[in-house]
Amino acid sequence: MTTAGFKVWRSDDAGGHFADYSVDVVPGMVVLDAIHQIQATQAGDLAVRWNCKAGKCGSCSAEINGNPRLMCMTRLNTLNLLEPVTVEPMRAFPLLKDLVTDVSWNYAVKKAIKPFKPRPPDAPDGTWRMQQKDVDRVQEFRKCIECFLCQDVCHVLRDHHQYDRFIGPRFLTYAAALEMHPLDAEDRVQELKDVHGVGYCNITRCCTKVCPEHITITENAIIPLKERVVDRFYDPLTRLLRVFKS
Amino acid sequence: METHEYDVLVIGAGGAGLRAAIEASAAGVKVGLICKSLLGKAHTVMAEGGVAAALANVDDRDNWKVHFADTMRGGQYVNNWRMAELHAKEAPDRVRELEAWGAVFDRTKDGRILQRNFGGHRYPRLAHVGDRTGLEMIRTLQDQGVHRGIDVYMEFTVVSLQVTDGRASGIVGYERERGRFKVFNAAAIVLATGGAGRAYKITSNSWEGTGDGHALGYQAGAELMDMEFIQFHPTGMIWPPSVQGILVTEGVRGEGGVLLNKAGRRFMFDDIPEPYRNQTADNEEEGWRYTQGDKNARRPPELLTRDHVARCIMREVKAGRGSPHGGVFLDISWIKKRLSGGAEHIKRKLPSMYHQFKELGDIDITSEPMEVGPTTHYIMGGIRVDADTQMSSIPGLFAAGECAAGINGANRLGGNSLSDLLVFGKRAGEYAAIFSRENRRVPVDPASAQGAADAALKPFAHGTGRAENPYTVQATLQDMMQSYVGIVRREDEMQHALVELAALKDRADRAGITGHREYNPGWHTAIDLENLLTVSEAITRSAIERKESRGGHFREDYPDKSPEYATFNIVTRRGPDGSMEVRRVPLPPLPPELKQIIEEQKS
Repeated sequence: MTTAGFKVWRSDDAGGHFADYSVDVVPGMVVLDAIHQIQATQAGDLAVRWNCKAGKCGSCSAEINGNPRLMCMTRLNTLNLLEPVTVEPMRAFPLLKDLVTDVSWNYAVKKAIKPFKPRPPDAPDGTWRMQQKDVDRVQEFRKCIECFLCQDVCHVLRDHHQYDRFIGPRFLTYAAALEMHPLDAEDRVQELKDVHGVGYCNITRCCTKVCPEHITITENAIIPLKERVVDRFYDPLTRLLRVFKS
Repeated sequence: METHEYDVLVIGAGGAGLRAAIEASAAGVKVGLICKSLLGKAHTVMAEGGVAAALANVDDRDNWKVHFADTMRGGQYVNNWRMAELHAKEAPDRVRELEAWGAVFDRTKDGRILQRNFGGHRYPRLAHVGDRTGLEMIRTLQDQGVHRGIDVYMEFTVVSLQVTDGRASGIVGYERERGRFKVFNAAAIVLATGGAGRAYKITSNSWEGTGDGHALGYQAGAELMDMEFIQFHPTGMIWPPSVQGILVTEGVRGEGGVLLNKAGRRFMFDDIPEPYRNQTADNEEEGWRYTQGDKNARRPPELLTRDHVARCIMREVKAGRGSPHGGVFLDISWIKKRLSGGAEHIKRKLPSMYHQFKELGDIDITSEPMEVGPTTHYIMGGIRVDADTQMSSIPGLFAAGECAAGINGANRLGGNSLSDLLVFGKRAGEYAAIFSRENRRVPVDPASAQGAADAALKPFAHGTGRAENPYTVQATLQDMMQSYVGIVRREDEMQHALVELAALKDRADRAGITGHREYNPGWHTAIDLENLLTVSEAITRSAIERKESRGGHFREDYPDKSPEYATFNIVTRRGPDGSMEVRRVPLPPLPPELKQIIEEQKS
């Protein structure tokens, strides 16, 4: 049986350090399996968040050899095992312990986005009619498993700490799913500009690259929202009309 | 200890818990919601195929009566008929309600909610979103819930359900982040903690599925029913080893996927049970036409109930006709021969299956078959509740979803779980709210609460040294249950399992851990272990008591169904001396009008 070296972030009184572990490699193994093996045999109190181990719940986000990934979907045979594999927590959020971060900011942000408000039903029995081609684009956004890797990698949050001014790619995608929902009758464009900070995104596409669900966050979600804001607030003709109206 | 007070306290934030919390909150009472993980990560998120409801959008012959009869037949007639009736009648409204809350289901050509075929359902009945229906549901409910003023406590572990003067009064637990204990005092408590698949080695369940609600209810004096009925889903991934057990949705077969043995034979045609013979295709051509929506065709045998398909797979493997890694082949790629653009069609209808096999197994399902085998998926058994209100035998204690028993009988039909948790989640929330208005909170006894907290801290006192490693004990338990109380059961093996369980309990009592109380997974494992052991004992004792084969319960020593056993459910309860009592409880009599529906649907 081959073994692989792991350097895993462990919290300590001074903040934290990388601890070395050795893991027995079995076929098809993913990084989360290695972390579980370390827990079961070497470090029972190693904190890690995980649920489904099938890429569906978005709990086991971490930075593996510096790349934001889901631990359950990162196979060891895609990594260079001649060097130790580093596993550390997402760096855009406050650390709770070891690999577990405090992601509560994300829940607070989501709650502040105006909820879905449907138009009146289309049929007398209280139901609606929508064509598949009209729901395809929001279904893409609704694939999101809320792993927050896009938030982790976004430099506006990670490097510039604009948590009070910018909701991040996850919640711009969420807002896009609501705004483009065929039944939704709510208007969030003003808030997108003033509160949610869509203008802070400068389209570096980092979020799109790390999305484990392959959602085209930048092109399909964020840019159309930026366009809506521009159309309403910065289009010269509309501005002129507004001046006359007032 | 810090104490929080609520009218209704919901434990568990999967589909049933969220739906209960929403309903109770809508009734105007103060609601607290406790999640074992982060909000939105519960096991519901993994449900793939769809939610069963007789909307009749795709086939107008469907209605609640057909759904009711399908559910009873699938459960081999030991279901609680009233729950099956309520479920079939109310599921369509619960699904339409989700659409009003923002869920985006796949569409029919005329713009309504699309429905797909699934095992044991006579007509296409499952509203779905590709193969990620559970995610759509939990997100919709979560987003609906957070705007209703429900207080959510994430990453919180409940260690004890408190009963005061015969009434449910509250819970004791700790928040995982800091390891601090808290007491919740509530007039009504809803258990919605999901399943117990983690009692087995090969399972599709997430880490949360440790039977917490089952065990909390049992320890507090509630009854558990039907615990012998475990659903082994026929198609789990089997290779590579690290993905063993991960679910492969029945939707693959609903979309035309076929099961093959190593000789390439569609072995499901070899054994079609009598009750299904009239409704099942006897040739490949007819089966294919059914999956493509031909109303005159009968369904292919791959869409027989899960218990039967799982046993047929076991038969092939045992007879040496299995795949290289001990399963069989599931092939969807063959539909390319029948459908132009077949590969794209597969990716669109089964995106997460495509993704899962590509990334975890290096398999492209649009061009090669998958290797699959049975995986522990669902427990039909749970807390015994009143059908209409979902209240248990303890006043003020309610249960809904997988941790409650009754609707599924001996075997659950795919898609009936997502509808179960909507229908009975709503009912539990509704009646818990009513109960909380009619009955004042009773206080939690401080000494009892302190005792529960002290007991939960025991693993720290044991340290490591000569103590047992909780991870090792858990793995041993999972191996043992897989070997002795698995898909094929025998008296002597199960008796042996009881001996092993006693030894494992002793080891679990001596579990010790390192580190401190903040976010310590070793500690959680030690606590989960107690729940798993309780549930495993209930499964084993109930399975010993049922000396026949029915649904998810297959006895090698009693391979046939016995009419005698069709007349009662098996119930376990904590006896006065702390040992587990097993008894038989007669099924409630089936009203003639429902009996007639069942007879009419037999043709």
